[in-house]
Amino acid sequence: MEILDILLSANFWAASIRIATPLIFGVLGALICERAGVLNLGIEGIFTAGAMAGWMAVWLGAGLWGGVAVAALAGAFFGMIHAILTVPLGLSQHVSGIGVTLLATSMSYFTYRTALPNVSSPPRITPFQPLDIPFLSDMPFLGTALFSQTALTMLALFLVGATAWVLYRTPLGLAIRAVGDNPSSVEAQGLSVYGLRIGAIVVGSSIMALGGAFLTMSAFDAFFFGMINGRGWVCIALTVFASWRPGKALIGALLFGAFDAFQVRLQTEVGSFLPSQVYLMMPYLLSIAALIVVARKADYPKAMLTPWFKGQR
Amino acid sequence: MIRFEPRSNPAAFLVYGVPMLAAITALLLAAIPLALAGAPVFRAYGLMVTGAFGSVFAVSEMLTRATPLILTGLAAAIAFRAKLWNIGAEGQLYMGAMAAVAIGSGMISGPSWVMIPAVLIAGAVAGALMLIGPTILKVRLGVDEVVTTLLLNFIVLLFVQMMLEGALKDPMSMGWPQSAPVIDEAALPALITRMRVHLGLVIALICAIALAIFIKRTVWGFEIRAVGENAAAARFAGISVTKTMILVAALSGGLAGLAGVSEAAGTRGYLATDLSPGFGYAGIVVAMLARLSPIGVIISALFVASVFVGADSMSRAIGVSSYLADLIVAMSLLCVLVGGFLVRFRVIFERRQGKESHHGNP
Repeated sequence: MEILDILLSANFWAASIRIATPLIFGVLGALICERAGVLNLGIEGIFTAGAMAGWMAVWLGAGLWGGVAVAALAGAFFGMIHAILTVPLGLSQHVSGIGVTLLATSMSYFTYRTALPNVSSPPRITPFQPLDIPFLSDMPFLGTALFSQTALTMLALFLVGATAWVLYRTPLGLAIRAVGDNPSSVEAQGLSVYGLRIGAIVVGSSIMALGGAFLTMSAFDAFFFGMINGRGWVCIALTVFASWRPGKALIGALLFGAFDAFQVRLQTEVGSFLPSQVYLMMPYLLSIAALIVVARKADYPKAMLTPWFKGQR
Repeated sequence: MIRFEPRSNPAAFLVYGVPMLAAITALLLAAIPLALAGAPVFRAYGLMVTGAFGSVFAVSEMLTRATPLILTGLAAAIAFRAKLWNIGAEGQLYMGAMAAVAIGSGMISGPSWVMIPAVLIAGAVAGALMLIGPTILKVRLGVDEVVTTLLLNFIVLLFVQMMLEGALKDPMSMGWPQSAPVIDEAALPALITRMRVHLGLVIALICAIALAIFIKRTVWGFEIRAVGENAAAARFAGISVTKTMILVAALSGGLAGLAGVSEAAGTRGYLATDLSPGFGYAGIVVAMLARLSPIGVIISALFVASVFVGADSMSRAIGVSSYLADLIVAMSLLCVLVGGFLVRFRVIFERRQGKESHHGNP
């Protein structure tokens, strides 16, 4: 059984986790924003900005973790723009998000082109290397699939736990979830609705940017135009699929990664009796299918998309 | 403390002046990236103006660029009026272009007065169908149309690529992934000899005027506005929200499809995967700058087109990346959003003590 062989190989699962990593960052970021009541369609542009900023920082001589920090700051910057427009000003979250995506993308491309006017092949950096943890990385199956990933993947997995812990086990998390469901009740508690929402969008956006940074600093070693290629939008779909829960976000991203890794292997195993584009369409079709499956029972944060103004009853 | 107070009746000069002010602000903000890139700022602005308006050729290029932007701008305007968040104009444009090329590059033939309407209708229908699908999913199952239309953009582009390597491949193209050329009878003729501006511009202008009349003066137009303002109230008043949404989807997708026809059968004469440098997304900016008014779309499309054409020409002259144009367009979208807020609200700065009197008795 060829298919069974694929599913049982450690390399297949290593690839799945690698493909899932940027999506884990993206879905976590999106769900933090949405849990606070604000849709962040800036995600596609924030991915691009994180990918470009992180890579360029390293290319200019910063350390790899310095690059990660720069990417997170870039994400926070664009998140702040979205936050100001949508929270105190209460403007359309759809249009503002698209605006942030257009701004972050064009700013990244402009900066890249200005710094490197005449390069034919994108310059490379030395990306994060696979971890080599004593004992763990030598384990038979998990050693290859999980413990030989790069440090950024470990960070993504750590953030899943951290986000779940903050959202469900701390007063701050309770406040964030409440501000996305019933902001007036949060104000009645004497907490700042604006502060919580802005904070959630800024933190969520910097986590999204790490997903972009993973692409240029771990999965690849260079920045390309159009390299994000809809990954941000896929994350928005996966967030609905994950019912805004960090644990389910991890499962959703892994399923997605597994499916993507599987279709690539199937393509090489079975041969190309279908055009390659059909396989490339799969992730997008799968995202739409996932949305349709959960549409009926999707439990959106109740105050999502609804602006809230101070002093409103 | 900063407080926002709604204006009951914003003055006309604010309503119309603010989008213009937003566009100017975005243009001025572009001085920052220009300066950071080490470019001569004033010369760059001069080059952009002459690049877009400096000669008959420049104006023709600018109008050619404005044509698809008017159509995608209208597509976004009508959809956003009804709060149907169609972010998929890019994909609908490519479907329209593909339909036009499929029947316009030799499959059927006839005189111009048959072929041109045929490719226009085919493109509009293809674009409309691309949006009706996600709209039905939205109204029947509650599937968020933002994500589905966005993802369909990527699916359609791959589909176009596939067709250009398969059924629509030009056998004479020496391996380039492009379609066979549109036959002369189906091509949109140039308006001025030896210039690129073509019949598509006239079609786009007619669409804008027709849409303005449709929205203002017909029952359907009224129903679209009603659904956009308050879907629940519209439903209560006996308007079928589902039907209205599908009508809007057909119009919006159809207009985006026409943009594709205009590019494939007018500007280019064939279909390739680089047909649109993001006309679908820029259409959203055009619509927002126009405050979703069809006639306004014409003006804002001309603005966005001159930014693109001007920046291209400036880029060729002094080597500043033409992504500057995308940057200006993105900034004008954000500026017009903030501007729209300032039209609707008065910003009041008040002292801390003032706050106490407002919340005197808890």
